[in-house]
Amino acid sequence: MKKRLLCTILLCLPVFTSSAETKVFEHTLANGLKVLVKEDHRSPVVVSQVWYKVGSSYEPGGITGISHMLEHMMFKGTDKHPAGEFSRIIAENGGDENAFTGQDYTAYFQTMEASRLAVSFELEADRMRNLHLLPEELKKELQVVTEERRMRTDDNPQAKMQEQFMTMAYSNSPYKHPVIGWPADIANYKVEDLQAWYQRWYAPNNATLVVVGDVHAKDVFELAEKYFGALKPSDIKPLKPQTEIDQLGARKMTVKVPAKLPSILMGYKVPALKTAANEWEAYALEVLAGVLDGGSSARLTSQLVRGKQIAVSAGAGYGLTSRMSNLFELEATPAEGKTVLELEAALKDEIRKLQENLISSEELQRIKAQVLASDIYQRDSNFYQAMQIGTLETVGLGWQKADEYVAKINQVTAEQVRDVARKYLVDDHLSIAYLEPQTINTTAEKKGAK
Amino acid sequence: MRIYLLGFILLAFSQFAFSAAKIEHWQTPQGTRVYYVHTEDLPMVDIQVVFDAGSSSDGQQFGLAALTADLLDTGAGQWNADEIAQRFESVGAQFGVSSSIDSATVSLRTLTDKPLFDKAIETMQVILTKPLFNETDFQREKNRTLAGLKQQEESPAELASIAFYNALYGNHPYAHPESGVIKTVAALKSSDLRNFYQKYYVAANAIVVIVGDLTKQQAEQTAEKLVSGLPTGKERGGLPEVTMPLKSTQQHIEFPSSQTHVLVGLPATYRKDPDYFDLYVGNHVLGGGSLVSRLFEEVREKRGLAYSASSAFIPMLKPGPFIVSLQTRNDQTAQALQVLNQTLADFIAKGPTEAELIAAKKNITGSFAMRFDTNKELAGYVAMIGFYDMPLDYLDTFQQKVNQVTAASITDAFKRRVNTQLLQTITVGKSAEKSAK
Repeated sequence: MKKRLLCTILLCLPVFTSSAETKVFEHTLANGLKVLVKEDHRSPVVVSQVWYKVGSSYEPGGITGISHMLEHMMFKGTDKHPAGEFSRIIAENGGDENAFTGQDYTAYFQTMEASRLAVSFELEADRMRNLHLLPEELKKELQVVTEERRMRTDDNPQAKMQEQFMTMAYSNSPYKHPVIGWPADIANYKVEDLQAWYQRWYAPNNATLVVVGDVHAKDVFELAEKYFGALKPSDIKPLKPQTEIDQLGARKMTVKVPAKLPSILMGYKVPALKTAANEWEAYALEVLAGVLDGGSSARLTSQLVRGKQIAVSAGAGYGLTSRMSNLFELEATPAEGKTVLELEAALKDEIRKLQENLISSEELQRIKAQVLASDIYQRDSNFYQAMQIGTLETVGLGWQKADEYVAKINQVTAEQVRDVARKYLVDDHLSIAYLEPQTINTTAEKKGAK
Repeated sequence: MRIYLLGFILLAFSQFAFSAAKIEHWQTPQGTRVYYVHTEDLPMVDIQVVFDAGSSSDGQQFGLAALTADLLDTGAGQWNADEIAQRFESVGAQFGVSSSIDSATVSLRTLTDKPLFDKAIETMQVILTKPLFNETDFQREKNRTLAGLKQQEESPAELASIAFYNALYGNHPYAHPESGVIKTVAALKSSDLRNFYQKYYVAANAIVVIVGDLTKQQAEQTAEKLVSGLPTGKERGGLPEVTMPLKSTQQHIEFPSSQTHVLVGLPATYRKDPDYFDLYVGNHVLGGGSLVSRLFEEVREKRGLAYSASSAFIPMLKPGPFIVSLQTRNDQTAQALQVLNQTLADFIAKGPTEAELIAAKKNITGSFAMRFDTNKELAGYVAMIGFYDMPLDYLDTFQQKVNQVTAASITDAFKRRVNTQLLQTITVGKSAEKSAK
C-alpha cells in the first residue's frame, strides 16, 4: 500500500537546491542553445541532458502522444548513425541513457564517465537536426508504444482512473489528455506527422543542454560550441495559451474497472508558480501539501490512516513547477468496512480545518526543517540536480528559481497557508473520481513437461 | 578494430584514475559487524542496520518478517507512531524500514549537525531496541498489509511474480511472497511478531553500515549506541539448500488484462557463486543491458512485440532466480514466448560473439564509477558486501573479474546453470481462444 499518488507527483515536483555552495554556469550559443553547467567533483562521472520545450500539453487533438512517440523515434537513426547505433555507441562507452516525456517537456540523457562527454554531445547534436524517420521503423515502434500504453495504463486500475479523471477535471486545458496519447491517435500517426512535429520543435533555440558532474564549465561550453554550434536555429512559433476556463461547480465521476480495492481521487484547480497571481500563493500551496502529506507525521497519515483508521493509504500532491495551472490532488484508499464517501467526508474535513484554523508552528517548523535537509540530501545525486535545472528552465521559470526555494518556503506564514486553502480548495473547483472495482475472475491451469 | 583498442586504453586509464571506496570494518563487543565509509563533501550520513530476518525466516507464517519490520516505528520506548515520526521529521531526517526475502533493513538518512544527528540516532536506537508491538498498531498494520495483498490481485505483473517464485522454489522458504498471503497474515498475532523480533533482531544477527561525513570515532560510537541495547543472541543460519525443479512446467493464469505477462526462469546463482561473473556478464549480452541486448533486439527492436524484454540473475544467500520477462498483447503471447525461448536457447548453445562480449565488458567497466556515485548507492553496495560477507575489496576487484570472463567461460557457465529442461514458465493474461470471443 505505497502511496502511488505521492510517488507520481514527486517525480514531477523537484525539491530544490539552494545556491549556498553550488553554482550554475550559464552560456548561450549563437544559435540559441542554452547550456547550463553545475560542477560536482565528488565522483568522476557526468550526466548530460538535452531538454526540448515540447510535451503532451503542446499537442492538438488527433495527434495526442506524438511528443512521446517522437521520443521513441529519436533512437531510430540519423543519416550518419543508423537505427540502434546511438544506443550501441553509448553502451560501449560505459554510458547509461534513456529519455522521458512529460506534459511540459521531452528530455534525453546519458550518464557517463566524465571524460566521455564528447561522445554524448556528438550523438545528441546529430539527432537534434538530422533525424531520419523511416516508415518501417515507425510501424514497429507504434506497436512498442501501444504495448507500453497497455502496460502503464490499460491494465492498471489506478492509472486508468487517473486518465479518466483528467478528462473530466479539465475543460479545455491540454493537461486533459494523457502524455502517452489516446489509443486511436497512437494507431494513426504517420511519418509526416512526426516529421512535422520534429521540425517544429527540435532546434537548438528550443532546447536546453544541462550538464552536472565532474567537469569544468569552461570546457563544457567549448565542447558544446564544437558539437552544437553549427546547428541551425528554427523559427519557433509561440504556443497558443489554451488557458483553462473557470470551473463553475463540483464534478464527479465513477470509474468501473477490474480491481480489488475502491479508491477516491480528488483535485482542486490551483495555480502553479508560473501562473500564480502572487508567487507566495504557490509556495503556500507547497507548504499546505507538506502539512497534509510531508511524511509519516503529516496529517493524512497521522489522522486518517492512524487516528481514525478510515484509510489504508492517503496522499496529497501539488505540482509547483508545471507550465500551466493544474490540480491539487488528494488520493486515498478506504480501510476495510469504510466507504469512499466516508473517506471523501474525512478528506474534506481536513481541508475545512486548514481553512478555519492556523497550522501549528511545529508543523511549519517541521516542513522548513525537511526542506532544508532535502536541500543537502539532493546534492547527493547529479541526476536529480540536472532534473531540477532542466525542468525549471523548460517550463519557463528559469533555473534561478531553484536558488530561491528554501528562502521562499521559509517566508511562508500560517496565515498564508490558511488563505490559499480558503481561496483555492473550494468545492466549486473540485473534481472527484470514485474507483468502483469490478470482479476479477482468475483461474490457474498447470501443464507438465513441455 | 581501432575503435575497440582505443576504448580499452581509456578504460585502463580510468581504472587507475579512480579507486573504489575504502571500506573499514570492525565488530562491536556484542559481535555486530560494522562497515564504514567516510565521505566528506556533504554534511550528511546514511546508516543502515541490516538483520538476517527477511521473509525466508517466516517459517509457515508467511508475512511474519515483513509485518514485524512494519511495526518497528509504530511505537517504541515512550513514544507512539506520531511522536516517532515527529522526532525524525522535525530534524529533517528520513527514516525507513524495509524487508526482502533475505533481510530486513532499518535505515536512516540524517544531517550530521550534532543536535539534529543526536535526536535522530536516539530515536533510531529506541526503535531498534524497544519496539512495543501494541495491539492497536498491530491490528491496523495487519489490515493495511491485507489490503495490500488484495490489491496485488489486480495486477497481472504481481500475480505472475508470485506464481513464478512458487514454481521455482516449491517448499523452500524463498517460494512465498515477502508480504505473505491473505490466509497466513490474517492468522498472525502480535505475540508472533514479538517472538520473531526477540529471536532475530539481535546483535549477532545484525550488521551496521555507515556511509557519510562522520569520523571513524563517531562511526564507532554511533554503531555501538545503535546496537548495544540488543541482546547478543546468535546468527540465524540454517537456511536450507534450494532443490532444483524436477522438470519444466508451464502455468497459465487467466486474467482480464489486455497484455499477457510472461516470466521464464529457474533458480540459478547466489552471491558467492564462482560462476557469478560469467553469468552476470553473459546475461548483460542476453538481456541485462538496458537498451542493447539480444532479447531487446529480437523482441522489441525487430518485432515490436513488447515495451520491455529483459533477463536478470538475482543473486541471494542461496540460489536466487534467473528471470526472463516480457509483456505482450494477449494474442501475440505464443509468438513472443517462442522468440524468447529461441533467443535463450541460441545463447546457451553458442554464447556471445567476441564483439558482443567486448561491448558488454566496455559497458560494465566503463560505467563502474556510476554504480556508486551517490552516498545512497554506495551504502547499498556496502550493505550487500557486509550482509553477504563478501570480500572488502569486492568493488576494487570488480572490473578485473569482469575482464577475466571469456566467451568460453560464459557458454560453459550458462550450459551448466541454465538447464532449459528445467525452465518454469508463467503466463498471466487472457488466453488466445478466450480473447477471440
